[in-house]
Amino acid sequence: MNLLVAVLFLPLLGFLIALAIPRSSAGGSRVWAMIVSVVTFLASLGLLFWFDRGSNGEQFAIDWPWITTPNIHFAISANGISLWLVLLSTLLTPICVLISWRAIQNRVKEFYAFLLLLEFGLIGVFLAQDLFLFYVFWEVSLVPMYFLIGIWGHERRIYAAVKFFLYTMAGSVLMLAAIIYIYNRTATFSYPAILDMLASGRLIFGPTEQLWLFLAFFGAFAIKVPIFPLHTWLPDAHVEAPTAGSVMLASVMLKMGCYGILHFCLPLFPSAARACAPWIVVLAIIGIIYGALVAMVQPNMKKLVAYSSVSHLGFVVLGIFSFTLLGLDGAVYQMLNHGISTGALFVLVGLLYERRHSLAITDFGGVATAAPWLSTAFLITTLASIGLPLLNNFVGEFLVLQGAAIAHWQWAIFAAIGVILSACYMLWLYQRVFYGVVREEVRVHLPDLHLREWAAVVPLILMMVWMGVYSQSFLPPVTRSNARVLEQSQVNVSLRVQSPAPNPHPLTPVSLEASNAR
Amino acid sequence: MPGNFATASDVIRFLPEIILAVMGTLLMILDPLLHRRSSNAFGHLSILALAGALGGAIYAYLNGGPAFGGMLMVDGFATFFGVLVIVAGILTILPSYRFLARQGAETSEYHALLLFSVAGQCLMVAANDLIMVFIGLEISSISSYILAGYLREDKRANEASLKYFLLGSFATAFFLYGVALIYGSTGTINLAGVNVVLSGPGAPSLVFVGVAAALMFVGLGFKVSAAPFQVWTPDVYQGAPTPISAFLSAGPKAAAFAVFLRIFTTAFAPIGHGWEPLVWASALLSMTIGNFAALQQSNIKRMLAYSSIAHAGYVLVALTARSEVGTAAAMFYLAAYAFMNIGAFAVVSHLSGKGERYQNIEDFSGLAQKQPLAAAMFSIFLLSLIGVPLTGGFFGKFYIFKAALESHLVWLTVLGLLNSAVAAYYYLRILVMMYMREPAEATEAVEPLSPGLRLALIVPAIGTLFLGIFPNWVLDFAGKSSVLLK
Repeated sequence: MNLLVAVLFLPLLGFLIALAIPRSSAGGSRVWAMIVSVVTFLASLGLLFWFDRGSNGEQFAIDWPWITTPNIHFAISANGISLWLVLLSTLLTPICVLISWRAIQNRVKEFYAFLLLLEFGLIGVFLAQDLFLFYVFWEVSLVPMYFLIGIWGHERRIYAAVKFFLYTMAGSVLMLAAIIYIYNRTATFSYPAILDMLASGRLIFGPTEQLWLFLAFFGAFAIKVPIFPLHTWLPDAHVEAPTAGSVMLASVMLKMGCYGILHFCLPLFPSAARACAPWIVVLAIIGIIYGALVAMVQPNMKKLVAYSSVSHLGFVVLGIFSFTLLGLDGAVYQMLNHGISTGALFVLVGLLYERRHSLAITDFGGVATAAPWLSTAFLITTLASIGLPLLNNFVGEFLVLQGAAIAHWQWAIFAAIGVILSACYMLWLYQRVFYGVVREEVRVHLPDLHLREWAAVVPLILMMVWMGVYSQSFLPPVTRSNARVLEQSQVNVSLRVQSPAPNPHPLTPVSLEASNAR
Repeated sequence: MPGNFATASDVIRFLPEIILAVMGTLLMILDPLLHRRSSNAFGHLSILALAGALGGAIYAYLNGGPAFGGMLMVDGFATFFGVLVIVAGILTILPSYRFLARQGAETSEYHALLLFSVAGQCLMVAANDLIMVFIGLEISSISSYILAGYLREDKRANEASLKYFLLGSFATAFFLYGVALIYGSTGTINLAGVNVVLSGPGAPSLVFVGVAAALMFVGLGFKVSAAPFQVWTPDVYQGAPTPISAFLSAGPKAAAFAVFLRIFTTAFAPIGHGWEPLVWASALLSMTIGNFAALQQSNIKRMLAYSSIAHAGYVLVALTARSEVGTAAAMFYLAAYAFMNIGAFAVVSHLSGKGERYQNIEDFSGLAQKQPLAAAMFSIFLLSLIGVPLTGGFFGKFYIFKAALESHLVWLTVLGLLNSAVAAYYYLRILVMMYMREPAEATEAVEPLSPGLRLALIVPAIGTLFLGIFPNWVLDFAGKSSVLLK
């Protein structure tokens, strides 16, 4: 039995059994979800243990035939990037179970069932090595999130849920068309096989073809990331979702888009990706600054964190499209950092909401006096989020900026503005919520963290410190995989990786020359 | 062979139709005898008849080949659709028990007509000759006209029936006119014969054949509710008894598509480049009109009617591909569609209450809290209609657009897929109602699930998921059968 298969299917098994738990036993559903998610997490730690850190290839690979016409395989494997993203998902699921323990009182059984199904979909997205399978997981993860937002969310939950579903759906149907197109060209959905064909020159996408295919994939991913003009679903979804939904959405689901760009767009369509890079970087930088500025004026804490996500994910995109190893490493690290620290922010905001039943910043003030430990946890998370050295985000942002500076120093300057702005909005938020005069309602309604909440918060804070202090535990496998992505993204491209000057005509049919030479 | 009326093999290959027709007649005879005692008996009997026909169809397939001098052709294609329409018939009867009891309607004629209709469809899908197609079409249609107006007291049902009958008769007339033109210009009504004449030297002028093909397209386009011949669909689906709406959207539609596929990809294959633009336009129109009109509906039966127009559009995309893969895709899609749509209508008929009072989308509010099973099954059908992976609807759509891209129909594919994203909105509205709203009048009054209904929900749900996760069985069979067509 392959461990990867176990990690993937444990949540699904848990979901199916959760459906059989009687509706009346809410406690049973909670405990069951906790057991399943913890066991899954432990199993995924096993992955980490047996993962060969010296290799840059795909590991734990499984390839079972699934459907014969067309030729679809159940093919999964993990690499240095997806490994961490899987661990991120399996770490956050038990935390989501913990923070929902009291917050979800209504239709408990369905809630935890959907949460487990969501975990299954998310892990699947990161592991799938068959384009069809990837699409299946991509869409499957959409459904439970739709229900999580729509059933257990706040006032405008239905609007937010439908918007979320339609945005993603609209983006992904074009990706489906592109996937089918590639299959018709190659007669396979197997991603490694397609990369092989590209590397050996047996498969060459012409410039126009490549551009359209790239845009079809990129569109789906860009909506999910989200990249600047496509981000409007995100604040709605985040604000309306229940805490667990926000956490999973921000921490893991947004990474599906980033991971997709890194794992599929770059290796499959290298010249188109490079040709579009300047435009995408501009959008990313706009996202960084715009997200930060909008976050600054939000009266609602969750919305503030949501817009800060737009800003943070701009860094990820910038890092990826710098086409430097440092930038890619930073992007992946930033994906994980954002998962941890924004996840923690949503958890803490959720705890505040549970106590005060409000998300408006003006309803708080002086929380630090009433709940000192909660405030401390929030402070550490805030500092991590704004990129204080020795905490996780600093490492990621630094690498991204460095990579961007190697590509184009101007990019780094503009992006750095975002770092400054993030300090402004986060510290200002902290000041307004936690300091100042203690309001009566706050004093009455805000007990400090109790044991279950500690259990949810502490692992995240530990991760922030660990990732900030000793990034070497995490980065080497990432670097190896990124180096491979960079290498693959050079096939068909005459550019040098870290060349400071962009190719003036990146879309010239280099591929055709290569084929003539052969 | 003149003089030799029917050989044993003819009878075997005609077995499902014989069983259905005999049992249908028997039901009518039994009506006065059984009537007082138990009205469920007719339902049981007709399920028995359909099960027998199912066995007959499989037995006929194992002894397959042409029958009655090549007028019928029992091949994989015919059997695929034969089994499909028979199963659709069974799945229609299951929710009908409660439905008829609630409306206080007679049961014997209802079931007899249903059996006749299925018999007609079995004939259609096996027909290898234009006259047999016409006869099958008429048997199926005339029974469905009556079924659509079965609730005599209901004004809407009357309107539905009349509209369906008048427009349907016109459509069949168009079809017959096309048949006449074909016979006049090629001298044969056998499908393979027409193909030979059209592809051989001295083929008749394209004008005649083209007009004939266009006329037949009108007739069949009406039957499958493809735009621009779709206007009857919402009124009929809304007015007809709900289980019958389900049946119309699955059985007759699948059979008409079978005829469509057989005629256009065998007889008219040589003039394919001529009709392709026609079908292309109709496919796009159907998808767009269906989906955008469905967005506006508040009545769920009308919404499902428009959705069925859109789905006809998807199948037409497969037809436009003009390839074996396309034919197999269409076959798979129709099977998946039959499951998901009959299931969806079964939920509607369950909820609608006496006199079909509750037909609005709002009436589904809070169903998930009152009857989680019904809501969960309905969700599976809706997700399949949207085209979410691991359901039959997704795989069908995937396979259709794959075929379309293989035939270089890039624009049709892109527009079709965008259409399916638009469609997600109106299906989601029902999910929203069921899961995200509090129970309302209709869901408070909903009666417990009867065993028949339970079966009518669970079987299609399993079918939908099975087709989505293990599509191979059906797909392989469809693939093999589509090759046999030529």
